[in-house]
Amino acid sequence: MMRRDRALEVLKPRVDSQLVVAVYQTLFDWMAIHPRDLNYVATGAMGQASSHGLGLALANPGREVLVFDGDGSLLMNLGSLVSIANAAPANFHHFVFVNGVYEVNGAHPIPAADKVDFAMLARGAGYRQVAEFSELAQLESGIDAFLDEPGPALAVMQVEPGESYPRDYAYIHSAAARARFRRALAAS
Amino acid sequence: MATTTKPGVTVEYPSGKAIIAALKRAAIEYVVAVPDIVTSDGLLWPISRDPDLKLVRICKEDEGVSICAAMSYNGTRALLLMQQTGLMDSLNAIRAIGMDYQLPVCMMVGLQGKEAELKPAQSASYGVRIIEPVLDAMQIPSRLVETAADIGHIATDIDQAYRASAPFCFLVGRSPR
Repeated sequence: MMRRDRALEVLKPRVDSQLVVAVYQTLFDWMAIHPRDLNYVATGAMGQASSHGLGLALANPGREVLVFDGDGSLLMNLGSLVSIANAAPANFHHFVFVNGVYEVNGAHPIPAADKVDFAMLARGAGYRQVAEFSELAQLESGIDAFLDEPGPALAVMQVEPGESYPRDYAYIHSAAARARFRRALAAS
Repeated sequence: MATTTKPGVTVEYPSGKAIIAALKRAAIEYVVAVPDIVTSDGLLWPISRDPDLKLVRICKEDEGVSICAAMSYNGTRALLLMQQTGLMDSLNAIRAIGMDYQLPVCMMVGLQGKEAELKPAQSASYGVRIIEPVLDAMQIPSRLVETAADIGHIATDIDQAYRASAPFCFLVGRSPR
């Protein structure tokens, strides 16, 4: 098992011009670890990150889109795996950070936390590529190959909480955050 | 197109071809859809064969709210095509992403079960009767699309939604032909 913040630190040097859609505690960790204007922070309703990512990927075919999803979030929008596989955007790389709980909602367990297999769900939906990472060394050695292959691709990230970064809900839902992303997208 | 629905009652049906032409005039590039029997033959099947429109088939309507909203960030225009059941299922996504975030989510909704000669508010179907009041409560502007005159407003309504960065909902009360 790897700490989530350490896993994000492995991703950080590999994220430059990509559009990053992240949710909940993974988003708050990412905002602290790699604050940047091309972080898409406003997904609005739980479970919708993958669909925002699909919209961005289709409308910006020249840009790489990374989605940092949560396991509880993805369970709310499992059908999106099929919609994404059907649309088949090569510029779409999806990460699901699996901690087995609804971390920001009281840390209750997700249904079937000890049974659900996100890699199998993505394969079954028709994703082009699926990878699983549960240790930092394995992530360090495998992440470049994962990102180099065309999407739609899912990386299942088995994580435990790391440092507790602040949950700035006011910012992620603000008009300023959306305007910042819109300006950065137009400028880059 | 006028058709008699029952003795003594003649109504006009909207032209699917004219609606699709209006969408193109409004620079709609993507149609994001879950099939709906009201709009299936007149809109979704022709759209699926139209080389000028890109169709994204989705499993559930709230996915489409997010897809259309995300596309809008670089000005890409999209329409979410669905039935009123899907609209009802997506209210929280529309509330958060369309209204709270002030993003231009344009929707076209088939009113399944609405009687052709009646206004939605007069329908015997509870699921149809509540749609306009629900949209009003959410402060989402809407337009009933049943006649050629209604179709004439579609492009302007979409332009206005993108200019205002706000949702808009077309209600298709009679099956386009």
